[in-house]
Amino acid sequence: MEKINTIHSSVVPLPVNDIDTDQIIPARFLKATSRENFGANLFRDWRYDNQGNPKKEFILNNPVYTGRILVAGKNFGCGSSREHAAWALYDYGFRVVVSSFFADIFKSNSLNNGLLPVQVSEKFQQKILTLASTKPGITLTVNLEKQFICIDETGEKENFDIQAYKKTCLLNGYDDIDFLLSQKDKIAEYEKTSKYLSLTKSSLAQVSEL
Amino acid sequence: MAKTLFEKIWDAHVVTSVNDGPSVLYIDKHLIHEVTSPQAFEGIEKRGLSIFRKNNIVATADHNVPTTDQHLPIKEQLSRFQVDKLTENCKKHNIDLYGLGHQYQGIVHVIGPELGFTLPGMTIVCGDSHTSTHGAFGSIAFGIGTSEVEQVFATQCLLQNKPKTMKISLEGKVAKGVGAKDMVLYVISQLSVGGATGYFIEFAGGAIQSLSMEERMTICNMSIEMGARGGLIAPDETTFAYLKDREFSPKGDKWEEAIAYWKTLYTDAAAKFDKEIVIDLNGLTPMITYGTNPGMGIKIGDNIPKETEIKDSSDTVSFLKSLNYMGFAPGEKILGKTINYVFIGSCTNSRIEDLREAAQLVKGKQKAKNVKAFIVPGSQLVRKKAISEGLDKIFEAAGFEFREPGCSACLGMNEDKIPAGEYCVSTSNRNFEGRQGAGARTLLASPLTAAACAITGEITDVRTLFNN
Repeated sequence: MEKINTIHSSVVPLPVNDIDTDQIIPARFLKATSRENFGANLFRDWRYDNQGNPKKEFILNNPVYTGRILVAGKNFGCGSSREHAAWALYDYGFRVVVSSFFADIFKSNSLNNGLLPVQVSEKFQQKILTLASTKPGITLTVNLEKQFICIDETGEKENFDIQAYKKTCLLNGYDDIDFLLSQKDKIAEYEKTSKYLSLTKSSLAQVSEL
Repeated sequence: MAKTLFEKIWDAHVVTSVNDGPSVLYIDKHLIHEVTSPQAFEGIEKRGLSIFRKNNIVATADHNVPTTDQHLPIKEQLSRFQVDKLTENCKKHNIDLYGLGHQYQGIVHVIGPELGFTLPGMTIVCGDSHTSTHGAFGSIAFGIGTSEVEQVFATQCLLQNKPKTMKISLEGKVAKGVGAKDMVLYVISQLSVGGATGYFIEFAGGAIQSLSMEERMTICNMSIEMGARGGLIAPDETTFAYLKDREFSPKGDKWEEAIAYWKTLYTDAAAKFDKEIVIDLNGLTPMITYGTNPGMGIKIGDNIPKETEIKDSSDTVSFLKSLNYMGFAPGEKILGKTINYVFIGSCTNSRIEDLREAAQLVKGKQKAKNVKAFIVPGSQLVRKKAISEGLDKIFEAAGFEFREPGCSACLGMNEDKIPAGEYCVSTSNRNFEGRQGAGARTLLASPLTAAACAITGEITDVRTLFNN
């Protein structure tokens, strides 16, 4: 995973609530067996008509709006657990998604891929969305280490929360798997002592004998 | 200290915790399928790792598979490639695979419970958000991303933050023609599509206790549709009776030992939830969705809301966008709208009780001429059972197609897509734009309502067909 710290970029506003992962990347594009090139089909059916022509009214097809920060309505990333949604956003070039709240699985998937979900108040979210729609090209600064997001034009700032552990991972490019592997002795020890596991093993053993 | 059911299971699976950070949670069962696993296999191979506990994993092919002629090679090249990749990966890593042609193949959330892999008190994960289904047995079951699938492959553990807990008590009695799907669609319509984000739900109350295991699975299946991490129900005699003598349920002394443990799996009287909600189901009617998320549901006789009735003004844009997609106007009646497709299937409603219920309604009737109706059983075992009961004949005589198992038109990864602009009454779990095929318009409902709509060719209150 690539390290992330300060992102300074213009923004792409997408003021729609409850954007589900089926919109971010439709199911028919989930047949790949590698993690690459999902960006080409990001928001596919909002971005292109059924002939494959760009829909002019969609924000990603408006050359005025570019950048590495996507600002969306509440409950971004709901629905399917497909990590392909985070891969598609990252591959397209986004490094930060701002919303007033994120769906849980999408949030984990983003954090596991170096895509930073920044949760702001509804008021701050609306401020960015309104400003960006009237003044294309406005920029935001997102500082992970100091945990703030700032509208550069106005100097308005808001702090955001992130768990200390995840922050360290993102700043250093560490994966959860590195940490988990370092705990293998404890995991093996847990397996020996857990009374719960001994119970469920009866079914596991039968499965393996099949 | 008094604990909720969720806390009892969670605490029993914490291997260790990071200071002020996530816990290392041990995973008892890991279910995998062809769509969200290939990159995880690739990941561990790139890191030079092997599968840590292959016996805790079960694989099946469900998302991509055709629902006709499953004995022939898959025609669609990319689907075939992905299913073949799963076979190759399972062979290489010595993982049990119930692939096409296997007597146990089926939708991952249907086969787990019916084979008795899914047991109370377990932690269960799968790279699929509807893993919440397994919570019906009193287990902590939730969907994960592919990076997390890789973590479980490598260590049988996940780094997880403990979610908040919510208790949803469902009280009251529902009338004939109103079922578990209607109950859960009503709950989601009350909470909204993001209303339980950050929470793990425990469903309780008299209306839950009286449900069968299959009905409980329908409820827990859709916990994710209100944003919850998962939903569970305390195991009871109904749970034990369902699990007894299942293929992989504990047997003999182990069964007795298991029952003794499972009986401790309930929320202590003094335990506190972060949030508690009581919902009265008296007067509930069949439900249907009119919009493009599962929270946009109404009682079938009600009108589609008007713009002024939308509670949160920030939702107005999405509401209008949604109705525009569906081709509906605010405030109009939904009963009587013409529909051309009916899909009965998916991990929400493809079990034997769902099929029996639909068959009973359509028996001796004919589907409307304009409707294409298809039934996709959740697994080979469900299909076999349905055939042994003659349900296939009932459906076929009524003009329905009776297919082979898979996820099918729930997400249209195989050939089973609904054409653009067409309306489909579907027993699945998501009505998102394009979910059943680009441009398809989905109306979520119960198997009974779906069957009724197939007969009349329009949105129908199933209760009007009962006396005919």
